[in-house]
Amino acid sequence: MKTNSRIEKLLGQGAFVVTSECGPPRGADPEVIRRKGELLRGVVDAVNVTDNQTSVVRMSSLSAAVILKGMGLEPVLQMVCRDRNRIALQSDLLGAGALGISNVLCLSGDHQKFGDHPQAKNVYDIDSIQLIQTVCRMRDEGKFLGGEEIKGKPALFVGAAANPFADPFEIRAARLGKKVKAGCEFVQTQCIYNIERFRRWMEMVRERGLHERCAILAGVTPFKTAGMANYMKKNVPGMDVPDEMISRMKGVPKEKQAEEGIRICVETIAELREIPGVRGIHLMAIEWEDRVAEIVKAAGLLPRPE
Amino acid sequence: MIVGNRKEFGEILEKLGTARRVLVLGCNECVTVCGVGGEREVGVLASELRLYWQKEGQDFAVKEHTLERQCDYEYIDAIRPLTGEYDVILSMACGAGVQYVAEAYKPRLVIPAVNTTFLGVTLEQGVWSERCQGCGSCIVDMTGGVCPIARCAKSLLNGPCGGSSGGKCEIDRDTDCAWQLIVDRLTESGQMERYEEIQPVKDWRTGRDGGPRKRVREDLKL
Repeated sequence: MKTNSRIEKLLGQGAFVVTSECGPPRGADPEVIRRKGELLRGVVDAVNVTDNQTSVVRMSSLSAAVILKGMGLEPVLQMVCRDRNRIALQSDLLGAGALGISNVLCLSGDHQKFGDHPQAKNVYDIDSIQLIQTVCRMRDEGKFLGGEEIKGKPALFVGAAANPFADPFEIRAARLGKKVKAGCEFVQTQCIYNIERFRRWMEMVRERGLHERCAILAGVTPFKTAGMANYMKKNVPGMDVPDEMISRMKGVPKEKQAEEGIRICVETIAELREIPGVRGIHLMAIEWEDRVAEIVKAAGLLPRPE
Repeated sequence: MIVGNRKEFGEILEKLGTARRVLVLGCNECVTVCGVGGEREVGVLASELRLYWQKEGQDFAVKEHTLERQCDYEYIDAIRPLTGEYDVILSMACGAGVQYVAEAYKPRLVIPAVNTTFLGVTLEQGVWSERCQGCGSCIVDMTGGVCPIARCAKSLLNGPCGGSSGGKCEIDRDTDCAWQLIVDRLTESGQMERYEEIQPVKDWRTGRDGGPRKRVREDLKL
């Protein structure tokens, strides 16, 4: 084991891993994070802490990760390349190491156009693949990007995101290949609604043998309403929501749509578990952390391993 | 070429303040080609000012003049006798031209009438598109002739991100995804193996991040 990461340990033992996520609040109240964390305790193996997701200013992911860590949860520190240059990113990676964070997820980040500060200047000094390389270099070679030696290497298990539904489809496995080549050890995918397309992507991933070098955690998000399904289809770039899903959500009365969304999610998890190379589930219940436990339970994934 | 947009008339008026003796100064280079600051546009802006002040019943003197280039001192210096009669020079050149005129005629007030936007190409009559950010170390041979720094909204050297959809960028359905273009070009030219190579972190010192740039060619100096 390169790190103290619980995900690394469980994957090493061959467990089917369950991760979820927790969006930090738009304020300085630590109780928000603690409440969300409490809902996930014992239900998932690790919790992603998003980094100013959709470019909306929130409590920093590192601070929120430290709060979760203090509760005994296992945070996955998300880091985007939008807001920090290589100096700030490496500095925060050292801080994460010092604060006992064991997992990092390297992302490009949504463009600031989508957020609450569209006037901001973006950074993008390095990209997500280069950030993976940076973390690995710091951890494995003990060197900064600038070449200087690090005294006290950060022991971080390195992850990234993969979107099998973005275009161009034909390079999506090759792009994962680049992330793996850069040193990525696990990926969490974009929410899967189009299972057929995900299967095709997994075939390409297996052809390249990437599933053996990098653990693939399949992403799922339960729909709360038919409106949400429709919104995701139409307005979220790189999201593939088949029409059948929307009709299925619309086919039930409004007050029963949440249950239907959860049912679809549980069925999806069952199908994903059967796909060779899928090593776990990443459950993104957006502002719906209170339903994660029942989804994981219904999917037959409780109790979680020690 | 350098592409720009003319400022709104209201903003120009506001910048002029109480100045009523104005030399509207065009440039025959890039801003002429992109239709914002050539002889024709100088005429249009000068007429707008005259009409406006006439209607307001004010005294004014608006002179039109277009230089061959506002980025070469010889051309700027040649109009020295003309400039003395005016309170303000309203430059319709790019940001480089405006500054050079301001430097040549300090302490006279020089006002920009154009917002300089990008280095680009003419896609069709009346349509221009950004192509270069002057990073100082070109890599488009690696990327099918498409620059990801200028044309990807996130300047990703190892794209595309997860927001590429139907050939378009996540920021806007009218913007092409640079990495879709790169993949298409690499595929067409049988160079997809290039895609598999990881582009290393970029040394931005050759660009703006290394500080304002200056180039000296000893062999060309007089």
